[in-house]
Amino acid sequence: MRILSEDIRIDFMGRRKYAMSLSTLLILASFVLLFIRGLSFGIDFTGGTLIEVAYPETAELEGIREVLGDAGFGDAQVQHFGTSRDVLIRIAPRPDRASAKLSEDVLAALKNADSSVDMRRVEFVGPQVGEELTEQGGLAVLYALIGILIYVALRFEYRFSVGAVAALVHDVIITLGVFSLLQVEFDLTVLAAILAVIGYSLNDTIVVFDRIRENFRRMRKGSPQEIMNVSINQTLSRTIMTSLTTMLVLIALFLLGGDIIHSFALALIVGVFVGTYSSIFVAGSSALALGVSKADLMPVEREDKEAGAGDQP
Amino acid sequence: MNQYPAWKYLLIIILLVVGMLYALPNLWGEDPAVQVSSTRSAVTDGTIRDLLESKLCDAGISVKSIEETDTGLLARFNNTEDQLAAADLFKDALGPDYVVALNLAPSTPAWLQAINAEPMYLGLDLRGGVHFLMEVDMDAAIQKAMRRYSSDVRTILRKDKLRYTSIRESGDKLVIKFRSAEDRDRAADLIHDEYRELQLKPVDDGASALLEATLSEQEDREIRKLALQQNITTLRNRVNELGVAEPIIQQQGDRRVVVQLPGVQDTATAKRILGATATLEYRAVDTKHDIDAARNGKIPAGSSLYKSRDGSYYLLKNRAIATGDQIVNARSGFDSNSGSPQVSVTLDGKGARKMLEFTKVSVGKPMAVLFIENKTSTRMVNGEQVVSNRKVEEIISVATIRGVFGRQFQTTGLDSPQEAHELALLLRSGALAAPIRIVEERTVGPSLGAENIEQGFLSVVIGFVLVLVFMALYYKVFGLIADLALTFNLVLVVALLSMLQATLTMPGIAGIVLTVGMAVDANVLIFERIREELRNGNTPQASIHAGYAKAFSTIADANVTTLIAAIVLFSFGTGPIKGFAVTLSLGIITSMFTAIMGTRAVINLIYGRRRLQRLPV
Repeated sequence: MRILSEDIRIDFMGRRKYAMSLSTLLILASFVLLFIRGLSFGIDFTGGTLIEVAYPETAELEGIREVLGDAGFGDAQVQHFGTSRDVLIRIAPRPDRASAKLSEDVLAALKNADSSVDMRRVEFVGPQVGEELTEQGGLAVLYALIGILIYVALRFEYRFSVGAVAALVHDVIITLGVFSLLQVEFDLTVLAAILAVIGYSLNDTIVVFDRIRENFRRMRKGSPQEIMNVSINQTLSRTIMTSLTTMLVLIALFLLGGDIIHSFALALIVGVFVGTYSSIFVAGSSALALGVSKADLMPVEREDKEAGAGDQP
Repeated sequence: MNQYPAWKYLLIIILLVVGMLYALPNLWGEDPAVQVSSTRSAVTDGTIRDLLESKLCDAGISVKSIEETDTGLLARFNNTEDQLAAADLFKDALGPDYVVALNLAPSTPAWLQAINAEPMYLGLDLRGGVHFLMEVDMDAAIQKAMRRYSSDVRTILRKDKLRYTSIRESGDKLVIKFRSAEDRDRAADLIHDEYRELQLKPVDDGASALLEATLSEQEDREIRKLALQQNITTLRNRVNELGVAEPIIQQQGDRRVVVQLPGVQDTATAKRILGATATLEYRAVDTKHDIDAARNGKIPAGSSLYKSRDGSYYLLKNRAIATGDQIVNARSGFDSNSGSPQVSVTLDGKGARKMLEFTKVSVGKPMAVLFIENKTSTRMVNGEQVVSNRKVEEIISVATIRGVFGRQFQTTGLDSPQEAHELALLLRSGALAAPIRIVEERTVGPSLGAENIEQGFLSVVIGFVLVLVFMALYYKVFGLIADLALTFNLVLVVALLSMLQATLTMPGIAGIVLTVGMAVDANVLIFERIREELRNGNTPQASIHAGYAKAFSTIADANVTTLIAAIVLFSFGTGPIKGFAVTLSLGIITSMFTAIMGTRAVINLIYGRRRLQRLPV
């Protein structure tokens, strides 16, 4: 079975202008969204209390709001979670109350009103911890990017490294943009997903780069642009195939994995999609824009042997 | 021709067998169980076991088995109702000296237990339970230390009749005001001799001479370390109260403690017990009155009867000589003369004065340390929760006073370094610890935990099957070989998680799902490369060879970069996120092995020796 014909020759590089404008547009739109709407940060980052409860039958949100209002939690956000029997209650951090006790009070009030309520989970994050998690999260993304930048620069060439990181930043920003657009809650698991997206998208990019390097060394003729085109075409069926298998499991996770894993799976789905696009259109052309040439990738001794071994047609 | 040396086949087979063996325990479920342990008394000597068995028999509860474990006894039951009923029964029968905890015990068969094979360790989000992150108020600890120094400094200045205008504590600083610089310099010498851990700095503000005292960096660090250790010790003791089967109490960073209580749902009680207080008192032993008479009810006025840890009784005077909050430090060590284990105790100024007064007139008499804990317990009575508070008083040490001492003294004659260590810990935990508060809480109810497992399992299976089908359709026989490798990979990941006893969390399951999707990438790379080689007109055997050889460096590069992301995730993440990083990294590493070596071995076996016209790829 084949998805693509054997002899595929799409002129990706020739269309890189269009791709670049599309990417620029998407990134700009993401920035605008992030500035205007921002991300809907979960309590992991903002601090506060989150309580999930389940009722045996459909829960009336109005009634729950009233009960909470009477107990002094008028500011509580109450919504259904997953099913109409599950209710999620969010309370912002309060300076006046021992915050760890807050969840107890809420649960007691709910239990008083309706004893059939079942506690599903309680999460409390102190404001200071929230700040630290935000800081750590930002640092984690940064360090991952720097680590990758260094590795790619060592294994390939700095222009490739810049191209790879450009593609990654592209993916992260657009994924964040989608989260801002849909206002899906951004919590720690989503952050983990973003880091996984970085890993995945890079995986894709590296495969393309590897082929570009190989072809630069092997092909006598051809401009850098042509060589990149050939390389992307050669790896295209692999790129699509792997994205497909990964998408398959991610969709399974999204549909069956339960509500807690929902936004995690969504981040990965968006990220893998954008990551596949960027490894085809963004990574190579960024390196090209920086003026990568044949001379930059001439083999060093050890790799020379490797390339020689399997190269006879 | 494509052939593998025998050792490679052997290696793969060994890994496959070992992987399957260690993944196997996960197929067996878990038994609802009750764990009985005690810090004080022996549990495994048979009498307790007989007692519990007869109680169960009387109540008509059928027990699957009662076995001895490292920590005590473990009784397994057929269902949770029996388990809960038995736990209540055991609590009543055994009394407060024993910890009775609900547990889910893996029902791994004995032959697997013999090779240390255990099922994966489930995180709190999968089994239900409470996670607390608690923070020690270090400012308060430092302030408390400064308050102590302020009273100590006052005492020594008065003793030497050195005039000072005022002593003021401001945060982590002590500011002493003098009339003249001369007074100040003399005082500085005096303080320096007595308290070398203080850093002194003369300051002139024109009108008067000031002396600023701050803690030396080392002392500051020491106080923080002790405050944290003290709190961890106290928390350990408290958690034992709670009856939790596998609690985790761990230091995180330099001022935080993670407390994880699997299976606990009643967070209110947990918080109350964790926040309970303990203190201790040094008291004189009443040697004038007869202990046997006292045990028969004739307790003399001014004294009380207390039980010691080793089971003997003592009469103690009611008046305390020194109290826990006057203990500055207690360290275990060895006597420099005899080499026997000892505990050295340091008291603050007030405690030292009282101790000095007392020891002056009491050389040769015994003195005891009484440990007082306020325990809270909740039990279900007729379906209602009843909270009861009780004070537990217990003698933890009795020693004879060998000389006159005040601020510093040693307790010697201890049997073992272990005992010395324990006494020091108790003395410190009885001393008033720096306050601790909860800064993060994550509680997962049992219903959600069970649902998470179910959904996680389902998504792994469905995702896995989808990929298997897809690969088989797309790459035919080679696809099936890749499927074999993918299955092998999943077995290896589960086996490694079980062997390492790394915590499996919901994001961890997501990590497994993701590795299933990504693990085939290596095979896709190889197979696409083989197709390409075939297209270029190479023979099948040469194509197989070149496909693997050329794809290798690409696979390595791609996986190393993903591994970088996973490692960053591991070092920055907490709890569940760490679980994701662990499964992702393990999956990447094992997939390298299965997708490259595993598939190659099978392909070599099937096609390696033949002359082929075509390849089913």
